[in-house]
Amino acid sequence: MTDIVPPSEPPRPPVPRLPEEPLPTLPLPSSEPDFWRADRGLRSWLLTSDHKRIGILFLIGTSLSLVLGGVFALLLRIELLTPERTIVDASTYARFFTHHGIIMVWMFMIPVIPGVFGNFFLPIMIGAKDVAFPRLNLASFYVYVIGAVFTLVALVAGGVDTGWTFYVPYSTTTVSSVGWVVCGVFILGVSSILSGLNFIVTVHTLRIRGLGWMQLPLFVWNIYATAIIQVLATPVLGLSLALVGVDHVWHLGIFEPQYGGDPILFQHLFWFYSHPAVYIMILPAFGVITEVVCSYSHNPPLSYKALVAASLGIAFVGFLTWGHHMFVAGMSTFDSGVFGALSMFVAIFSAIKVFTWTATLRGGSIWFSTPIFYFFGFMFLFVFGGMSGVAVATSSLDVPWHDTYFVVAHFHFIMVGGTLTGFLAALHYWFPKITGRMYSERWGLVSAMAVNLGFFFTFMPQFLLGNAGMPRRYYTYPPQYQWLNVLSTAGASILAIGLVITVSYLAVACWRGPRAGKNPWRSRCFEWRVPSPPPKHNFLETPRWKSGAYDYHAAEE
Amino acid sequence: MNELYRTLLNLPPQASTVARHIDYLHYVVITTSVLGAVGVAVATGWFLYRYRASRVPEGARSHIEHVPFSLELVVVGGLLGMFLLFWLVGYRQFVHLRTPPQGAMDVYVVAKQWMWAFAYPDGSASNRDLYVPVGRPVRLLMTSRDVIHSFWVPPFRVKQDVVPGRMTFTWFEARTPGTYDIMCAEYCGPHHSRMRGRVIVLAPDDYAAWQEGQWQAAQAEAGGAPANLAQLGERVAAERGCLRCHTVDGTPHLGPSWAGLYHAPIQLADGRTVLVDDAYLTESMMDPLAKVHRGYAPVMPSYLGLLSAAETAAIVEYIHSLAGVVPVRARQSPLAPGQNVNLTLPSVDAPRAPSLTPTPTPTQTPRQEAEPEGKGP
Repeated sequence: MTDIVPPSEPPRPPVPRLPEEPLPTLPLPSSEPDFWRADRGLRSWLLTSDHKRIGILFLIGTSLSLVLGGVFALLLRIELLTPERTIVDASTYARFFTHHGIIMVWMFMIPVIPGVFGNFFLPIMIGAKDVAFPRLNLASFYVYVIGAVFTLVALVAGGVDTGWTFYVPYSTTTVSSVGWVVCGVFILGVSSILSGLNFIVTVHTLRIRGLGWMQLPLFVWNIYATAIIQVLATPVLGLSLALVGVDHVWHLGIFEPQYGGDPILFQHLFWFYSHPAVYIMILPAFGVITEVVCSYSHNPPLSYKALVAASLGIAFVGFLTWGHHMFVAGMSTFDSGVFGALSMFVAIFSAIKVFTWTATLRGGSIWFSTPIFYFFGFMFLFVFGGMSGVAVATSSLDVPWHDTYFVVAHFHFIMVGGTLTGFLAALHYWFPKITGRMYSERWGLVSAMAVNLGFFFTFMPQFLLGNAGMPRRYYTYPPQYQWLNVLSTAGASILAIGLVITVSYLAVACWRGPRAGKNPWRSRCFEWRVPSPPPKHNFLETPRWKSGAYDYHAAEE
Repeated sequence: MNELYRTLLNLPPQASTVARHIDYLHYVVITTSVLGAVGVAVATGWFLYRYRASRVPEGARSHIEHVPFSLELVVVGGLLGMFLLFWLVGYRQFVHLRTPPQGAMDVYVVAKQWMWAFAYPDGSASNRDLYVPVGRPVRLLMTSRDVIHSFWVPPFRVKQDVVPGRMTFTWFEARTPGTYDIMCAEYCGPHHSRMRGRVIVLAPDDYAAWQEGQWQAAQAEAGGAPANLAQLGERVAAERGCLRCHTVDGTPHLGPSWAGLYHAPIQLADGRTVLVDDAYLTESMMDPLAKVHRGYAPVMPSYLGLLSAAETAAIVEYIHSLAGVVPVRARQSPLAPGQNVNLTLPSVDAPRAPSLTPTPTPTQTPRQEAEPEGKGP
């Protein structure tokens, strides 16, 4: 990394330089209160246009979604303890797994990292006061809330039993409240598009002068790549779900075969979004992991360019692989071959990232802490989850595995082992910056251990269940599958306990934790150069960074 | 080695000609995956330990170590080559799976919520159980009457979605006689997990006997001839899949329970009341949608042409014999009002009739049952 302001240049006067939005006259430096205390009252929070406060609002919304989705997950696991009925009947069970999926995908995993940490840190990382469209940013939160309310109304109005994939013609003929939930997901999609648009424009226009594209922190690059997918793929989801809703209500025959429609067409449209959506969920986690690795090993990434190229490569190739969800759906044999080969290229981009992270540790000076523990767990879980992705993309192997618990285990390894782990790593890594206080490292490690172990024992048995042939979404199952199901439920309980511990000590640390300095991890990344918590306008004066985000050979700023 | 891996990975037996080849690739891919994940974890763990801050203070570092670009290129290129090799081998197998051999025997499959129906080239038909000869390729031409289902037989490693409005196909060649579970693998409604059937693979002689309608009789004789007409009806009801939807103890299920049904007045969907007599029962088997019991979905398939006159009479007699059974009360779920479908049924999948002893509970281990089921008497 080159210096952003070469030492030979005469020092610039601290004047605003961004023509779009000149800095207002700031109060005296170091006198501005932090963003928590800058304004008071509920109104100042609900109508805020401060990207940091919107990030906190998203944190509250997505965390509540995680709790709700998690409760459904535990109910599913309890039901599966016995081969026959345990606590609920078959229709209720179908509603549980549908709402678990919908809540986790659209209300937690897609918005969580961009909405919370992207909002909070992306402007700071590029030296901006806020995102390009602060009010649109607030709107994206409220649109999210409206979408979530629709989804929850569907739950109260009898629930939906289609599975989160809404496969027609089941979804167009079921009597459950498909209309509400389709509207809800459509609205959540709008929120996702608004966030993505905002991030793209922000990165393009609000970078502080002198901060080139190849000097951006890598988290910014990952959020940017995610935003591109959000903007390009989400409309397809919105449209296809709208068509399902129309078919459900009026039976227009777009997808229903008895009126001349094609159910396979829906699967193409659905996976055209939902496969890239996997990368909407995982790319931000990649960004977090990159920051965590560099900050705690006090080392620049092995190859900045490789990480950037891999993120963009995933964003691009991710659009071309949706057909690997449909090898046995009735698609042509030739298509299966093409989609199978393309899927291997996504895997190689992920492999480049894993290789780079591992090698980044080499020669570092590593602080072992909770985020690094999550990183360590991530490296095993994500690599195994990713390799199982290569396995299910191998077309002949996918034939027995398709729609069995193997696939369930595979995508939970990516989603929970990747996204949830990335979220927890981010929560701990940036906790001092957001709250200005330190959490208890000891409790952090205990809960990280519980989360990782619980996760492993929840989903490892499911790989074996899938091998044995147990299809997913099964309410009853042959008795020989029982012991693995019991093991999986036990693991899920440990995972839940780990998350409860996390919430507890973080809540305590918010009030009682020791004060964190500006840069407790001695990172070089830009957000650690502002006070903790950051002042309302992020910077007391226009930042002049002399060293890059990964210049660990240079002195701390 | 094959057996060891198969047991470790919890895979079902390899009962079709393609199963073993798919499993070999499976072993290679999974072993690579485990080694890769463990290797990365070990490398990460070692670096975390080796370069811990207490050993390498930040200020003490003179320079930042780099990995040569060529090494990175070799690793990435090697991995890509390996992935593409997986793809190549897998796709060749996939093409084989999608190409039924010449001269395969055709069986037509109709899936509906929540049962499988099979029609054979010689005009015979069966519900739930698919009868095939061992060692002969069988092509299944499949369609669905309602939503998407998926035909999945774990020991054959064969799966194919069954889509309404179009015909899909798959094929297999069974290697060993036995009984293998068919499961529906595509979510198709609340009773998705109950949509199971069986592939009954018969030795050539037994298959020929089955085609002539003698195999069932021989099976029945091996299990003891029925003492009376009602007992025969019980057996027929189990064999023909009636008991997959109708219970005999009053537990609510897809169809009306037979407990206490005979000579009871019931309300029809159109509001009329009829007495359940022999005529109504017979009509309901042959033209089920003519007079639908109120509160039940009109989903029962017609058994016209599938049941002989004697079998029909036997089932009626069996239902008659259940007239005195007091139906058990159903548990209602508090979470799904209006859904009176309750699946606490003890076991619709296990044969309920004691006279059916030669047919053990269908399980994933056909070896145990290959003897009574496959070889025949």
